[in-house]
Amino acid sequence: MLMFTLRRLSLFFFTMVLLSILSFSLSYFFPGDILINLSGEVNASPERLAILADQYKTNGSILNQYIHYIIQIFNGNLGLSLSSKLPNSSEIANLLPATIELSLSALIIAMFIGIPLGFIAAIFHRRQIDNFILSFAIIGYSIPVFWLGLFVILIFSIQLGWFPSAGNISLLFEIKQLTGFMFLDILFSSSPYKWQAFTNALTHIILPASVIALAPATVFIRLARSAMMEVLDTSYIQAAKTKGLTFSQIIYRHAIRNALIKMVRHIGLQFANLVTFAMITEVIFSWPGLGRWLIVSIYQRDYTAIQSGLLVLSSFIFIVHIITDFIYAALNPLARDN
Amino acid sequence: MKLKDIFNTLIKQTLFIVIGLNLCACNYDDENSIHTKSLVYCSEGTPETFNPQLVTSGTTIDATSKQLYNRLIGFSPKDNSIVPSIAKSWHITRDEKMITFYLRKDVQFHHTDYFTPTRNLNADDVLFSFNRILNKNHPYHFVSGGKYPFFQTVKFKSLVNYVEKINDYTIRFKLNHPDSSFLTNLATDFSVILSAEYADFLAKNNNKAFIDSHPIGTGPFKLKDFRSGSFIRFYRNENYWQHSVQLDQLVFDITPLNTSRLTKLLAKECDVISYPIAHNKIVQHKDFNLDSVTSFNVGYLGFNVTSPPFDNILVRKAISHAINFQAIINIIYSDQAQLAKSLLPESSWAHTDNSAEREYSLKLAKSLMKIAGFSEGFTMDLWAMPIQRSYNPNALKMAKLIQQDLKHIGIKVNIISYEWNTFLRRLSLGEHDAVLLGWSADHPDPDNFFTPLLSCAARFTSGNRTFWCNKEYDKLLAKALATTNLKQRKEYYAKALAIVNDELPLIPIAHSKRYQARINTVKGIILQPFGGIDFSNATKVEKVPQKQTSIKPLTRVKTITKSAH
Repeated sequence: MLMFTLRRLSLFFFTMVLLSILSFSLSYFFPGDILINLSGEVNASPERLAILADQYKTNGSILNQYIHYIIQIFNGNLGLSLSSKLPNSSEIANLLPATIELSLSALIIAMFIGIPLGFIAAIFHRRQIDNFILSFAIIGYSIPVFWLGLFVILIFSIQLGWFPSAGNISLLFEIKQLTGFMFLDILFSSSPYKWQAFTNALTHIILPASVIALAPATVFIRLARSAMMEVLDTSYIQAAKTKGLTFSQIIYRHAIRNALIKMVRHIGLQFANLVTFAMITEVIFSWPGLGRWLIVSIYQRDYTAIQSGLLVLSSFIFIVHIITDFIYAALNPLARDN
Repeated sequence: MKLKDIFNTLIKQTLFIVIGLNLCACNYDDENSIHTKSLVYCSEGTPETFNPQLVTSGTTIDATSKQLYNRLIGFSPKDNSIVPSIAKSWHITRDEKMITFYLRKDVQFHHTDYFTPTRNLNADDVLFSFNRILNKNHPYHFVSGGKYPFFQTVKFKSLVNYVEKINDYTIRFKLNHPDSSFLTNLATDFSVILSAEYADFLAKNNNKAFIDSHPIGTGPFKLKDFRSGSFIRFYRNENYWQHSVQLDQLVFDITPLNTSRLTKLLAKECDVISYPIAHNKIVQHKDFNLDSVTSFNVGYLGFNVTSPPFDNILVRKAISHAINFQAIINIIYSDQAQLAKSLLPESSWAHTDNSAEREYSLKLAKSLMKIAGFSEGFTMDLWAMPIQRSYNPNALKMAKLIQQDLKHIGIKVNIISYEWNTFLRRLSLGEHDAVLLGWSADHPDPDNFFTPLLSCAARFTSGNRTFWCNKEYDKLLAKALATTNLKQRKEYYAKALAIVNDELPLIPIAHSKRYQARINTVKGIILQPFGGIDFSNATKVEKVPQKQTSIKPLTRVKTITKSAH
């Protein structure tokens, strides 16, 4: 386990170094002054510019500059946004939780729909229900997320009026931002309309989360199906059968558990995909998250925001990967030796 | 079976939670009260500041002026004449150089989380509000940049000699020369009254910039919360001096995309939306109303005359003949606007009907290009504003039409757009070749079109993005302001218009109506013929009796003549 941990940590370290080098070099690739691209202070006075030049050591060698860039990041300084003039770090801290909240909800929906359906398909292998689930998976996987987003807004928001089309809560509810996670903030808030706010937030998250969930859910269906089929073919299941265990005993006690372990790893891998879908969905549903902010920044050529947004988002995805790797290794001793 | 039990409990608990939540949702009493006492307005952009003295942008004025503040005097919604507001009456001396205002004694400033006033409004507050603009040595003059674009363009500094406090509730303006638009300027959305007590409080805490970002005014609403690009939350001012305010909460939901605004209206997430698209759809729907008001505005194509080849009059003229403006009216404005013949809308008293109509003729355009020495054509950057205004509901689409038209005379057009605040900032640096922009009048006086848009002084503030400067034109405007003789003023303005037509620093495109759409549970007049919107009289009812089927103008600009003396 120690070797496994060390190997993961070194991978983590070198990936982070590469990511930060990429992020740092962007300020050279973007047009304009390097110091402004790094700090985001457009209208700085000459004195202020001198201070900034000293902070980032822009007169020093490239290596020195890079080291000081890293130091600034570790001090929590990601520069100012060129368009809003607010510190990127606080903007990201405000927005990232909303993206995590949306992605997690989507992941939960995808898991609770995809995995059971996959198992059912495997259990009823080569029967009508299997074909039905598989074709659903293929259709679901081929629908583009932006089209689906607009389609569900048209049906469920405009025509039926069941769900709202934008944002994560009605603006009428005044929820103070503590953690950035809307549901937690609502629970902590002292608003007299707490429970209405909670149901309101729930109706807001259902559409975007379901839209994001569709593609990963179909991936889960196929993965769960093949994992289950593999398990059902193994000799210990055959042995259990010959011992005379009932079908449901075999499935619940042995097959599901073993198939689920195989799934853990894939769930982590799907997360990167999911965040990409979430970025597009955030734009369609005006979700106040990091993805939408990043896309708006690209449109506005807000270089500092693009730089720090990319850095934070990719580190986040990478950390999730590492964590799922650890969980998988903890659950499955076989994986630790690879 | 162990696992089965766990499954069963899980299912039971989930069902319980779902049912419980549904019961919560069924308990609509509380929710209804929050919905009927609050109003969500979906606006098109983020305000730059909360002090209207500092801007001319309509988005900012909409969000701040009539919601947060009051002025000394205002316009009557009936006939645009000047009516009392904070000043209950006023007196003008015979030589028109001394104007005395008598203030109300019952006007209270906002009580907010960040400031609690201890006294009512008095002459000190008025003195503070105007001296901040007039006096370069005033401690607050350079807070937030020291630019007061509206006041700079109307040359407020050279007009007002001094402002003087006679007693606690009397204030006097001494003018250097008579000016026929002085009172109308004081009644505009820009001339708001700030709190001097708050300014002192901030100065003590060394936090002067708060005066423009955390506003304290006397208006019907006070600021509760603001997040740039996201929302503005206002609370009711319980102590509003004019009347009691019906709404508890007013929320501006900042939604720059016009399709998103329409979606939010149809999904009933917004009660009122600004600048709606798909007018027919809204009119046909039984739950929504479309409001319109004849507003005083002009949408135009402006050239940066300092950027070659647009310093050449012939090039500007060639472009004016190469664009099919009637098609723009049909497509962009859905025929709901008037093709502009000049800068001034026809409903203005100063309008004279002798300006010839522009001819759409490619032949003429090509020959002009040839004379100018550009028979091969050239490439230009056309800037299209990113937000919708009534004078230009879709600048990007308009830019594309112009791009097509200009291709015929060999001009290749690159369309450029930024987020609104960035757009304005870069525009003021003169980075553009040509720009699609417009102007909404702040008051009925015709000077409000001439001075802010094309005078030399406006080049350095925010109005004149063409950077055109003509001494003769400026002289005519000054002469027109110095007299109160309507006939004479009209003649001066006609001459000024002739100069603009000759030199063509900008091509006027359209005079349009301003629209807004609302759910029909929202009552009260919100759109105003001049300047920003006003929510002080808006209310919400539970259920709506019946639907008005036609587009009904809320107010009409009837006679402009009366208000301009």
